[in-house]
Amino acid sequence: MSATLEKGIRVLKEVIDAPIASYLNSCVHCGLCAEACLFYLETGDPKYTPIHKLEPLRRVYEQEYTLLGRFAKMVGLAKPVNDDLLEEWKELVYDSCTMCGRCSMVCPVGNDIVYMVRKLREGMAASGHTPEGIRGATKRTVEIGGPMGLKWPAVANVIKKAEAASGLPIPVDQPDVDFLVLLSSMEIVNYPEYLEALAKIFNKAGVTFTLASDAFEATNAGIQIGASDVARVIVSRIVDSAERLRVKKVLSPECGHAYMAIRWEGPNLIGRPYKFEVVHVLELLDDLRKKGVLKIKDKFKDPLILHDPCQIVRRGGVLEAPEPLIQAVAENYIPIVDKQKMNWCCGGGGGASAIHTEEAEALRAKAFRIKKRQIEESGVNTMVTFCANCRIVIEEGIDHYGMNTQLLGLTELLAEHLED
Amino acid sequence: MNEMQFLTWVRGTGMDIALSIFVLGVLWRLFEIYSLGRKLDIAPGRHRDGASGWHTIFRRSVPPPGMVKRSPVTYIGGYVFHIGLALIVFLFVPHIIFINSVLGISWPGLPSQFIDMVTVITMAAMIVVLAHRINNPVKRYLSTFQDWFTWTLTFLPLLTGWLAVKHLLLPYTTMLALHILTVELLLIFLPFTKLFHAFTVFGSRWYLGKINGHKGVPV
Repeated sequence: MSATLEKGIRVLKEVIDAPIASYLNSCVHCGLCAEACLFYLETGDPKYTPIHKLEPLRRVYEQEYTLLGRFAKMVGLAKPVNDDLLEEWKELVYDSCTMCGRCSMVCPVGNDIVYMVRKLREGMAASGHTPEGIRGATKRTVEIGGPMGLKWPAVANVIKKAEAASGLPIPVDQPDVDFLVLLSSMEIVNYPEYLEALAKIFNKAGVTFTLASDAFEATNAGIQIGASDVARVIVSRIVDSAERLRVKKVLSPECGHAYMAIRWEGPNLIGRPYKFEVVHVLELLDDLRKKGVLKIKDKFKDPLILHDPCQIVRRGGVLEAPEPLIQAVAENYIPIVDKQKMNWCCGGGGGASAIHTEEAEALRAKAFRIKKRQIEESGVNTMVTFCANCRIVIEEGIDHYGMNTQLLGLTELLAEHLED
Repeated sequence: MNEMQFLTWVRGTGMDIALSIFVLGVLWRLFEIYSLGRKLDIAPGRHRDGASGWHTIFRRSVPPPGMVKRSPVTYIGGYVFHIGLALIVFLFVPHIIFINSVLGISWPGLPSQFIDMVTVITMAAMIVVLAHRINNPVKRYLSTFQDWFTWTLTFLPLLTGWLAVKHLLLPYTTMLALHILTVELLLIFLPFTKLFHAFTVFGSRWYLGKINGHKGVPV
């Protein structure tokens, strides 16, 4: 057995807990999880059935933690967990799973399948069976600071531009303020207007904030690839900085998995609660709306629908904020059938959008057809979302299918329609 | 061994063996699973999770929106045979008498003509879900020996019980003995196959509800 495989199996043994044991014993092979998975639905290939993606985890569980499984392994009747198996499963665990968690919403016996995928990824990462794209993003985050290899000067540049455009100062490394604002690389590069929007809103609301030059990146490739040790290093940067600056709250950007990383996984990764609160930008905005601080001057007229990012809504619990906010700014908001916690993933979450092999990209394009149908069936030309990664993936999909759909970010849309 | 001796054996020694394996097996398996424990979530919950685990235990008995349409056979077939099994096992008068003899508790049953009808419907539903397992690409792909084996283990007591009551195929005594024997096989294998979901389903739903309730998502 290779050293990496041994490590992978050891890690899998460590992550298996009572919930996983209970889930694996409860599965009756009913196949309903497939009906909730966009990769199965859009390809029709049963290998994409969510519970099947957990086969390596199931084998380790059975062979290590059940009497009969241990016996079967002893007499050589158990199916092996080896490098070939893990390499084969790489596609199922990464390319074709965005950890959107929709399968966990439908399993009749109550299996939290996405919880198990997250744990299986720990073993995949430890044994070295991960896609090159996510590995690269993880390496860049650790070595340079962000998944896209962005350094502080680039951020400083965006700050300067946002200051010029908004006419407002954007403080850096300022202690004792209300909020430490985090960004995601994708926002910095593709949607720099986010920061400008935020500066305007903060100014209106009289909220103090700062950015930190040593902790601007909110995303955490460590949790996507499934390497807790790396994820801990990345999240610690934010925690150290926020606690040094004594901020009251840390503001998670729109980006979905950044929120998952900083809000839900972070304290568990560092093994203690934070000395600050983590707030998603939409939670803050909805709070300001309720307080009457967000005054809209004119509403967006065209009919539009909302795409709820999985990691923020279904898996992150920001359930109530998005709809009131969109209704505040849009005159013709049309609720779609599968919305909020039952929404369909864009097809590129969980690190999948960082995988650039031909097969992964073709698969993503196929999976996007479910989103495409949602847009087409609603009959609108505008969709609003609040996750930089969803935006990139959906824009790729729109281009790929030559659709006539305009995609907007919720925070920016709000900022554009704020009273001056 | 004649048919009377056969019946005596399955009612006596056979039942003792089966019940012992069943009870010890269930206890062992529950221990094996739940003693693994879990790390509590350190991240502060969105609001107090309260009874989210218990809510999910009940909520998951109802299909999520749109799902019945996606897989009607799984849902309708599944409901029919689960409810049917529960009615037959717990509300057929001879079964209540048997349970009373073991546990000393009893309750009123349903008329046997009604149970007869329920049994026919339940067997039909089981045949439908079996056909679905053979024909549906996902189910067929997921299926292993266990799936066919546990289907058989569940179906045989229904069939033999019904045939015994109807006095069909074999003499009543033999058929009754066969019925009890197949129940014993079911009891013996239940803790060690996917049939054990009858116990773990509650724990699984509870964990799911608790883990997601912590984040403020009712599931």
